[in-house]
Amino acid sequence: MSALIELEDIRKSFGPVDVLKGVTMNIYPGKVSALVGDNGAGKSTLIKGLSGAQPYDGGEVRFEGNPVTIHTPQDASGLGIEVVYQDLALCENLDIVNNMFLGRERTAHGMLDQPDMEGAAARTLQSLSVRTLKSVRQKVSSLSGGQRQTVAIARAVLQEAKIVILDEPTAALGVAQTEQVLALVRRLADSGTAVLIISHNLADVFEVADYVNVLYLGTMVAQLETKNTTYDDVVGWITGSKIKDVAVVEGA
Amino acid sequence: MSDIDTETTDETAAGAAAVQAIATGHEGSLSEQFQNYFRRVRSGEMGMLPALAGTLVLGVLFSFLSEFFLTNKNIANLLTQTAALMILAIALTFLLIMAEIDLSAGITGGVGMAVFIRLLNDQHWNWVLALVVALLAGVLIGSTIGYFVAKIGVPSFVVTLALFLAFQGLMLVMLGDAGSYRIEEPAVVAIMNKSMPLWAGWVMFAVVCIVSLATSFYDRRRRQKYQMPVRPLSMLWLQFAAVVIGVGFMVVLLNQNRSTGVFVIEGVPIVVPLALAILWVGQLVLDRTRFGLHIYAVGGNPEGARRAGINVTRVRISAFMICSVLAVVAGLFTVSQVGVVQSSTGRDVVLSGVGAAVIGGVSLFGGRGRLMQATVGAFLISMITNGLGLLGYSAGITFIVTGGVLMLAATIDALTRKRAGSTSLART
Repeated sequence: MSALIELEDIRKSFGPVDVLKGVTMNIYPGKVSALVGDNGAGKSTLIKGLSGAQPYDGGEVRFEGNPVTIHTPQDASGLGIEVVYQDLALCENLDIVNNMFLGRERTAHGMLDQPDMEGAAARTLQSLSVRTLKSVRQKVSSLSGGQRQTVAIARAVLQEAKIVILDEPTAALGVAQTEQVLALVRRLADSGTAVLIISHNLADVFEVADYVNVLYLGTMVAQLETKNTTYDDVVGWITGSKIKDVAVVEGA
Repeated sequence: MSDIDTETTDETAAGAAAVQAIATGHEGSLSEQFQNYFRRVRSGEMGMLPALAGTLVLGVLFSFLSEFFLTNKNIANLLTQTAALMILAIALTFLLIMAEIDLSAGITGGVGMAVFIRLLNDQHWNWVLALVVALLAGVLIGSTIGYFVAKIGVPSFVVTLALFLAFQGLMLVMLGDAGSYRIEEPAVVAIMNKSMPLWAGWVMFAVVCIVSLATSFYDRRRRQKYQMPVRPLSMLWLQFAAVVIGVGFMVVLLNQNRSTGVFVIEGVPIVVPLALAILWVGQLVLDRTRFGLHIYAVGGNPEGARRAGINVTRVRISAFMICSVLAVVAGLFTVSQVGVVQSSTGRDVVLSGVGAAVIGGVSLFGGRGRLMQATVGAFLISMITNGLGLLGYSAGITFIVTGGVLMLAATIDALTRKRAGSTSLART
């Protein structure tokens, strides 16, 4: 299977600090890839480069096999890369429809085309089998954390994203809501979209992800298939103890 | 009628099939629509209901206490007295939605009028041209405030407080030692003091009815085009009937002779259609344009708006410009009413404008508010002043009562904010 995004030898430093030291990673369409690593491993920096918020210093990004440069958020969304940040950035005083279309509203005769947007929003939510929302005209202030996450993901889907990057989507959620969001992430990938999920919660990762990529101090130390690895293995890679084991083995 | 009803049901069914499971707030019978509305109100989304209730209660109270209150003459007075405050409240609402404020809005109207009167009286300009320049002065003032707030990041409270002080000085400089200019131009005096011919009042009535009905049917058609559920036709006609009765009653009332002397005074005051037009255009911008939606978005979550690709700086500066231009219009109405431009013109009204907006239901916390609410709030404040004046109470009592009402409104606003979130259905 060919990767949607191939990162090769990605580098980024802030002054004298090398945050990314030649990271290589593949992200596949229709699959959920997880990006894990301890605090300071460089997960956020890697994502910010993909979203155009903070361009990389060096290395190559290939999108559908072609080398691309991503310097601005517009470049990213032009390619079909959508990021759902942890704080979601929704406007609580607006309803679901207007949040999903914010900044990309549809107009007719110079006026907002609300019926068109309302229908498109409802169809998008429907395609994701969202059943927890009463009305697309509900204000976001009236939604639960899981429902807000759903709206934020649906917003990305609505933009016909080829890849949706989720930053800690379940961090603030309860058990039932986490299940809902993870099920939504699974359906999103099953529909052919590539999903990259950043998470500290390994239980979530093992439940939903097909691949686990582990960053350790700016280096990609492991790219594993979830079904061929174990919880303890991944923890070992994240904390670095696994690397020493390998080094010892190699040294011997 | 029965034909129309079946047609509606079919379309509703088709729309519901297309987007089953997730409602839009438009489906359901008339009684369900009302139930939804009451549910929203109970969950704390009261909008301008408290202000409307206050207007009703005070109206009944004053009409019992003063036999003069409900006379045609006083109602005409009340409408003209409201106009300037209403425009100022509308101007400020554009900013309050973004959780910003313009303390210099009142005196900006004064500065605009000082420019206007100097061009008119000293340079003998045509009044239309002079007014255009005065409005441009508003654009300049608004963009200056906007620049300092949105680009440099000085809080709007401080920027406009500084201008509030500086503009009082500017007024003294511009108007000189004499300090007072009379307005001689008949067209300007007429705005507040003359009425339209009787037929023009009915034309206004017809325009309001046609626009109201056309908008409703246009919206309905568009929803049907996308196969979205529509509200029952009966609801549309009910809303239309309310407009017809309300505006029609006002025109009938104002078209009667309200003079107590020999001369006949009749017709709708000229300021009424002007104020209605500003209200309508402003509400159109806020409700139906991307710019209007972006104002609400910036008020709700500036960072979210920025990440969604909205040029937050431009939205903010534009809103400050709209506010200052409308402030000059409010100044024009005031000056037309009192007949002079003086150094104190517009100095004391800005907080009444903020008060009117908040009393009407515009949130001081940003993100929530409609121009109609500001209008009702302005009407309520004018009514308190007017009614207490008729009853012979001093200005002191009027201020105290107005302050009390504002306190009440702000409390309701804060409580609404606490309860917000439990609401089930949004408006539209």
